[in-house]
Amino acid sequence: MTDLFILFPSILNGLTTGAVYALIALGLTLIYGVLHIINFAHGAALMLALYGVYWLKEAAGIDPYLALPIMVPAMFMLGYGLQRGVINRASHGKDENILLVTLGLSIVMENLALLFFKSDTRTIETAYTLTTVPIDIGFAQAMIALPKLVAFGGALVASVVLILIVGRTDLGRAIRAVAKEKHGAKLMGIDVEHVYAMSFGIGLACLGAAACFLLPAYYVNPQVGNGFVLVAFTIVVLGGMGSFSGALLGGLLIGVVESLGGLLLGESLGQIGIFLLFIAVLLFRPQGLFGAKA
Amino acid sequence: MSTNVRNRRHFMAQATAAASALAFPMVGGAQPKPVKIGVLHPVTGALAFSGQQCREGALMAIEDINKAGGIKALGGAKIEPLLGDAQSQPQVGAAEVEKMNEAGVSAVLGAYASAICLATTQAAAKYNLPHVVDVGVADQIVERGLKNTFRFGPGYGVCARVAVINLHVLNTAAGKPAKTVMIIHEESLFGTGTGNLLARELPGYGFEVKEVIKHANPTRDFNNIVLRMKSLNPDIVIPANYYNEYALLVRTMQQQKVTPKAIYSVLGGAASSFKFVKEAPESANGIIDCNHWYNPKDARALALRKRVEAKGLFFTYEIFNTYTAMMYLADAINRAKSTDRAAITAALADSTFSDHFMPYGPTKMVNGQNTGAQPLMTQVLGGDIKVIVPREYRQADPVFPMKS
Repeated sequence: MTDLFILFPSILNGLTTGAVYALIALGLTLIYGVLHIINFAHGAALMLALYGVYWLKEAAGIDPYLALPIMVPAMFMLGYGLQRGVINRASHGKDENILLVTLGLSIVMENLALLFFKSDTRTIETAYTLTTVPIDIGFAQAMIALPKLVAFGGALVASVVLILIVGRTDLGRAIRAVAKEKHGAKLMGIDVEHVYAMSFGIGLACLGAAACFLLPAYYVNPQVGNGFVLVAFTIVVLGGMGSFSGALLGGLLIGVVESLGGLLLGESLGQIGIFLLFIAVLLFRPQGLFGAKA
Repeated sequence: MSTNVRNRRHFMAQATAAASALAFPMVGGAQPKPVKIGVLHPVTGALAFSGQQCREGALMAIEDINKAGGIKALGGAKIEPLLGDAQSQPQVGAAEVEKMNEAGVSAVLGAYASAICLATTQAAAKYNLPHVVDVGVADQIVERGLKNTFRFGPGYGVCARVAVINLHVLNTAAGKPAKTVMIIHEESLFGTGTGNLLARELPGYGFEVKEVIKHANPTRDFNNIVLRMKSLNPDIVIPANYYNEYALLVRTMQQQKVTPKAIYSVLGGAASSFKFVKEAPESANGIIDCNHWYNPKDARALALRKRVEAKGLFFTYEIFNTYTAMMYLADAINRAKSTDRAAITAALADSTFSDHFMPYGPTKMVNGQNTGAQPLMTQVLGGDIKVIVPREYRQADPVFPMKS
């Protein structure tokens, strides 16, 4: 009954969703995995980014993909400002404070959205919302919605860019240095505050990109981030804390598991697979699928 | 929120005016005290579109009643709506009823979704506050013995039975091309109840129910469900869900090139919606629906449709159901000759209201349900929605099965 010709489209569908999960998780792994800031506001920030894309489309008629050059810098600035102006100041370097501050931020953001945008679930209509692309690999065929395909490609490109930034640039080296040994990095003349804020900014910039890719095939309401933030934390731990390739592959894996779970277990139980996998990984490979042994 | 505040202020102003008129009846010329009615719908949240349509229907009815001289038995008293927003959540709906009760409404009209109606009727029952259900098709709403609850339209039990019998008739007339069915329903009371009823009834008429799939609200991806559909290849697909999900499901089916012999919906959220027909004419074409519908031969219905469309709105079942429910309530208040809750409840219970444009038999309330209420079968044909069953309301002959 569940033969190849429906498994294949379901896997592709999962991969496209997974790529967006990965992009969201990459932002989080930079903040959480590298800098150890437990950012509960990640989902709320994604929600804000989705509203940004939504209003750019509704009020200014800007196509969600063309909104990328607006949303990515805007989210970066939001992230930079939040870290420098709020999180860093209020936390006094204590992890438990950071946790509460980001949790508080998420509650404030969600309720502001509720106040200004109401609890309506909003979607956008674009010319390509319902366009499908046939994919034929000989023994199996699938029809994939164009926005999902674009999201897949875009998320992969963004992930590679992020991995290159962290791996190859001075900023990336500084981020890694700060993550490893904060005081040492400071002694070497690295502006730690700036690096923290940059990382937070880049993490949120990923959300800006994810929102642009997500909205044509998704919806936005004030609670939309909650569904993603849990999955994103799962991916970060699953892939291995601070591992970028781990987050990317973890995201894709989670997407496929969720899609196949929905197909085989029924739509309401689709996410069970994710957490079963998560528990299994924690039991048998606690450092994550791609994390180095501590 | 702001509407509420505004309305409450408005109400306070009017109440003060009314109170002073009462205090000095000789001076003021005794303007009759307005009849306050709670108009409660999910105008924000997942069901916002439907809720807003309902509110519009109620407000248009109130406008018409007031224009025609208000409640005659109360000296031409105007109806004053107190608007409430259930935010698409049952508990918020119940809280709104509490507020309306505090504000001293004589009755509540609402609250569109079954799950919300279940909560609001219960909350209203505590205060013996009459509650007219405008849509809320779950039969549990009127089966709990609540004396304050009345539904003028049909419940899902009647709709499912009518739909199954007519499917059998259509299929038999066409030489029984359809044998298998797949049911896709939303997860709340309305969808689950309808889905279960259908799954129980269909085998009795020789249909094999291949699968019953439940989905959440909102769902933004129907690919997995449609893929399952592809592999099961049912002859007939029956969706029972709200507008957004219905529209997306049918459009995903079109994307994935799934073409069953019929999309046959029972109370389908978008199946007999002019909005859907206009926005997705290709996807909507041929869809059959067993749903609330107006008498297409009644001039009053057509006139109302013109007025609604002149406002730039779609004439959907939410509008005409709530419009008619409000008329039914106003008729009862008139016969009760009082704004007293018990008197209105009694008048609602023994109503024989017939001055409406719905295709119903004589109004007779049994345990709060109008036994004269019935759905019609419609089909989207040539970019329009036509009544196909029963014969006395028929506008076009049914097309079944659809060519694949």
